[in-house]
Amino acid sequence: MKIPISIPAETFRIRAIDVLVIFIVLGIISFIIYIASEWGTPYEETLEIELNPSNIPYYALQSLARIFCAYILSLTFSIWYGYTASRSRIHEKIMIPLLDILQSIPVLSFLPGVVLAMIALFPGKRIGIELACILLIFTGQVWNMTFSFYHSINTIPKEMKEVVKVFKFNKFSKFLRLDLPFSAIGLVWNSMMSVAGGWFFLMACEMFILEDKDFRLPGLGSYIQTAANKGEIEYIVYGLGTMIFLIIILDLFIWRPLIVWSQKFRIETVPPEEERESFVLNLFSGSIFIKKIIELISRTINQIEKLSYKRFSLAYSPVMNNISKILGFLFLMIVLISIIWAIIKAIGLVSNVTLSDIVLIVKSAFYSLLRVFVALLIALSWTLPVGVYIGLNPKAAKILQGIVQIAASVPATAVFPVILLFLIKLGGGLDIGAIFLMLLGTQWYLLFNIIAGASAIPKDLIEISKAYGIKGLRRWKVLILPGIFPYLITGLITASGGAWNSTIVSEYVSFGGEIMHTAGLGALISQSSASGNFGLLLLATCSMSLIVVGINRLLWKRLFIIAKAKYTLE
Amino acid sequence: MEREIIIETVGIKKSFMVGRGREITVLEDINLKIYSGEFVSILGQSGAGKSTLLRIIAGLVEPTEGQVLYKGVPLKRANAKIAVVFQSFALFPWFTVLENVKVGLVGKGLSEEEMNEKAIKAIDLVGLDGFEDAYPRELSGGMRQRVGIARALVVEPEILLMDEPFSALDVLTADNLRGDIIDLWRAGKIPAKAVVLVTHNIEEAVSMSSRAVILTHNPGKIKADIPVELPYPRDRNSRDFKFLLDKIYTVLIKPPEEIPFLLAAGRYQFLPHAKVGAIAGLVELVHDKGGRVDIYALSSELSMEVDDIFPLIEASVILDFGEVKEGDFILTEKGKRWAEADTLEKKEIFKDSALQNVQLIKQILQVLSTISKHRVSDEFFIDILKNHFTPEEAWNQLETAIDWGRYAELFAYDYDAGELYLEEPSTIDM
Repeated sequence: MKIPISIPAETFRIRAIDVLVIFIVLGIISFIIYIASEWGTPYEETLEIELNPSNIPYYALQSLARIFCAYILSLTFSIWYGYTASRSRIHEKIMIPLLDILQSIPVLSFLPGVVLAMIALFPGKRIGIELACILLIFTGQVWNMTFSFYHSINTIPKEMKEVVKVFKFNKFSKFLRLDLPFSAIGLVWNSMMSVAGGWFFLMACEMFILEDKDFRLPGLGSYIQTAANKGEIEYIVYGLGTMIFLIIILDLFIWRPLIVWSQKFRIETVPPEEERESFVLNLFSGSIFIKKIIELISRTINQIEKLSYKRFSLAYSPVMNNISKILGFLFLMIVLISIIWAIIKAIGLVSNVTLSDIVLIVKSAFYSLLRVFVALLIALSWTLPVGVYIGLNPKAAKILQGIVQIAASVPATAVFPVILLFLIKLGGGLDIGAIFLMLLGTQWYLLFNIIAGASAIPKDLIEISKAYGIKGLRRWKVLILPGIFPYLITGLITASGGAWNSTIVSEYVSFGGEIMHTAGLGALISQSSASGNFGLLLLATCSMSLIVVGINRLLWKRLFIIAKAKYTLE
Repeated sequence: MEREIIIETVGIKKSFMVGRGREITVLEDINLKIYSGEFVSILGQSGAGKSTLLRIIAGLVEPTEGQVLYKGVPLKRANAKIAVVFQSFALFPWFTVLENVKVGLVGKGLSEEEMNEKAIKAIDLVGLDGFEDAYPRELSGGMRQRVGIARALVVEPEILLMDEPFSALDVLTADNLRGDIIDLWRAGKIPAKAVVLVTHNIEEAVSMSSRAVILTHNPGKIKADIPVELPYPRDRNSRDFKFLLDKIYTVLIKPPEEIPFLLAAGRYQFLPHAKVGAIAGLVELVHDKGGRVDIYALSSELSMEVDDIFPLIEASVILDFGEVKEGDFILTEKGKRWAEADTLEKKEIFKDSALQNVQLIKQILQVLSTISKHRVSDEFFIDILKNHFTPEEAWNQLETAIDWGRYAELFAYDYDAGELYLEEPSTIDM
């Protein structure tokens, strides 16, 4: 008889993975110090982007840092905004439409305001431009995450919310134990989309023209942009390759483990047939070092939670509640007043807009509307079957998800020059080409949402429709379309918003030293931003917001209400 | 001894706005006291506002009018020790069983060790030891609800509220869990002073609670408040249990106006299923043995089950032919006379006795003599009996009454027409 060894060997052995973890931690620390030292320097107005490939790692690291900072900012903002919006009917009535409007404003329209403000705050310092760049990336990432979080905390089942009340959780506990876990799946997916969006607008955010002044920051985006401007295909490929490499690394080491881990937060009764796997997650969960870190973090969080009851034991006291309500209201008022102030200022800007400008805006808007519609239709026609297939088949997802994510993260803006060459040769030029460029950027919103929706269809429903032999078209009608409907609508809302947003880069492209543009609202915005025609910029932006929000209200929101009433699984 | 009132609802009304200014009242004029030591069931048809009432008591929903007093003072969630068990269990899927139970202890200023200790104790109490590290999705429905119960018990509530806790479970699992909860409650292991159970299952209410509060619907008002004073453990096959079940069932389906009458009428006499011939056989046998026998000895002598003899003895007792004392069956003077009498005399004695002692026979005669053609369908009596008995039992009762009535030549029964009738209407003088 064998005597079992009583001490598990693993407890003592430091594995190779632990050494790796230590290196990664050290790497992150030195990365932060490096970035801090870089961004602290004064701003060089005459900065030239060196196309020598040996500079690429230096550029890439900085771009990565910007995207990361923008992402953290987006996450914090999303949670804050989502919470505040769902606190009362008044908040909701004001903040959700506001979110719609904000989402509809293209990145470049934020550009002058953000950049000028940051230059004013940090004159002559590089950190000012860096912050401006981060804020610009942030404006491209944040809205869909906010929507996702807001949507999640509003679909928490009633009885689970009641548990929180019965056991007298304070706000921190509620956030930690209910809201955050419940919204985790949606947040992870949307984070992935947002970061992809960050890469998309990286070129526009790292290098831009404002009032005929050139601004540029050392980064991967500006590298590719410079290469494109000079028409150097070889260097474009280097830059693009690096970007794709980074995206794969991020996918492998961050997104996929996160997605697998977030499956823990599924609300479902039947266990899934096959768990999704991530070898990185498996690898790292074997590390003692990681275990210790997680233990330490969870212990710290528990301590903070305990403290939150001692220090701020005013939870549910009506007085405090009222005070915080009043404060929140005041804050909202301040926001509103500053918006009104901005509008008054803006009217001054608009006063020198001529009638021919307005005709131009209407004409451009029509062309852009047509392009967005066609792009959405094309996107829907392929993402629907593919997304459902991936979402329903964990096996397929294993292989395809990686490919799709990489394809999605490749910033269409970076591929534009190459595609453009093609399109120009084929004829049709940028008029039709812009549709493809828009498609490249926005179809992924649809795809990701459809995947998420299909994988959220409860196993019991899938099994029951299998049992009743429901197949083919009927299966789509009774199971899949109703099941993914709310997600599909969310996807369409974001995709149409995204399509409008991407008009600014797809209708106005600089390549090989010259600027190409076509008639469209996006081109108009890009042009007026670069030339410093703020009146036209404002008016064009407002028109775009109006169209996007109008379509949202008249079409998408109505569908969404139906989705919520009829197809929410509770 | 004066019992402590844990929860009192005073004039609770709850209405919701639907659509454009239309108002639906779900609860109205609810005045309810819940005393310490009580296990109260709130019964009502679906949509009667039972769950809303529970949520108002829990402080989860604000009443439109009225207030809830917790030990005499207006209820505030912050200081009331109230725990709720939910129909859908409402467990957090991302937490293990242990973590889910510890949810009840969050923010109570306990150390991690104390929390673990209490949680493990509660888990053991509901019979889930060994499952501390399992996730809810790995557990069966019954086990999940046990986690829900442990989470409620771990806070040591003064009052435990349960919102249809068994309705998402299969029959056997639900039964098992009900039994366990009652055992814990009776053993004093449930820390709560009182339990309120919302259910639509009458049997559940009768088998568990000490009081059943029945709500009307549209709007929900208290229709009846019926004490359930059956000893534990409750035997579902006992007559008292079935009687109460029937009574509550009747109260539930009858319009409110009829309820006071139903409740005041008390218990309807139950006729044991015994044929006259068999009763006579028993009485004569006992008379031969000197008018007194030990019931158990008799049953073994006749090689019959006690349960088979019992209806005969009960029938004898109803007819005043005998009585039961200390396990013996003793004939009365009337019983002795009946045993000795010839056939005609026997009929006369039986007729007198039945008219005096058997409620149903009296009622049948009354009805037959007041109706001009002296014929009434059996369905008529079944409908009356259904107010007091299950449909099946109603038929048994009528069958016994017909057997006894025919023997006594009080009335006759036309089997083909399904009608009871008087043979010689003039001779009967009521």
